[in-house]
Amino acid sequence: MICAQPNRLSRRHVLVGLLGCLLVPLGRARSADAIPEKLVPLIRQAAGGMLPQVGRVSLILPTLAESGHSVRLRVRVESPMTPQAHVKNIHIFSEKNPRPVIARFSLGPRAGRAEVHTRIRLAGTQRVVAVAVMNDGTAWMAGAEVVVTAAACVEGS
Amino acid sequence: MAKARIKVPEVVKRGAVFEVRLLIRHPMETGFRYNNVGQKIPKNIVHTVRCMYNGAEVFHAELFPGIAANPYFSFFTTAEGSGELECVWTDDAGVTTSERAALTVSE
Repeated sequence: MICAQPNRLSRRHVLVGLLGCLLVPLGRARSADAIPEKLVPLIRQAAGGMLPQVGRVSLILPTLAESGHSVRLRVRVESPMTPQAHVKNIHIFSEKNPRPVIARFSLGPRAGRAEVHTRIRLAGTQRVVAVAVMNDGTAWMAGAEVVVTAAACVEGS
Repeated sequence: MAKARIKVPEVVKRGAVFEVRLLIRHPMETGFRYNNVGQKIPKNIVHTVRCMYNGAEVFHAELFPGIAANPYFSFFTTAEGSGELECVWTDDAGVTTSERAALTVSE
């Protein structure tokens, strides 16, 4: 019989389930700032030994890329870009590409705006991390998750 | 076809921040691919790009195989005086190419 135990879905179960629904997105938000284990030494090296703080950098990538051969990337850093306070370097890292370093850009106070656009290759669905190093030695970072439908051909085919 | 295109605004006000767009024609061969007889295609990518505004460096990029073929960059700089913007890049084959764009700065 299908309706043998109609009281099985108790009020308590429903409440616990609802609470679980609330906690799932929270857990995801936390993992969005996490950096892939593989990239930690590279990021430390780029940032001068320490791990950069999350913030001040915005990394804009499409959430879904049909082809990994050319994915638009925009990176922007909040900075007044004056001789006293400016962005020195921007590093772009990939979690799954055979070469994790994608590019290093050097800017200076003459840039006026700390923003660079380019197109990158991605070997599959992964996380991309941008690290900005300021002239005062502090480092900031941001990550973005990209779902890649067709990866850039790196598997020796 | 030209080797590259640099796009800058025709006239910029002094002190204004303007966008420079650079598109380089280059296969950016990663060195991870094989040809139809199973031999590795040698790596040949543009590894360094420098852009000078009236001789002073305003943009420098170190590139790796993760940059897409026909690399495109857009960056910003401040208008300081009329003149030219010159971009110079070198690939793994040792070929250095450059492209210029004229810029007029109004008061």
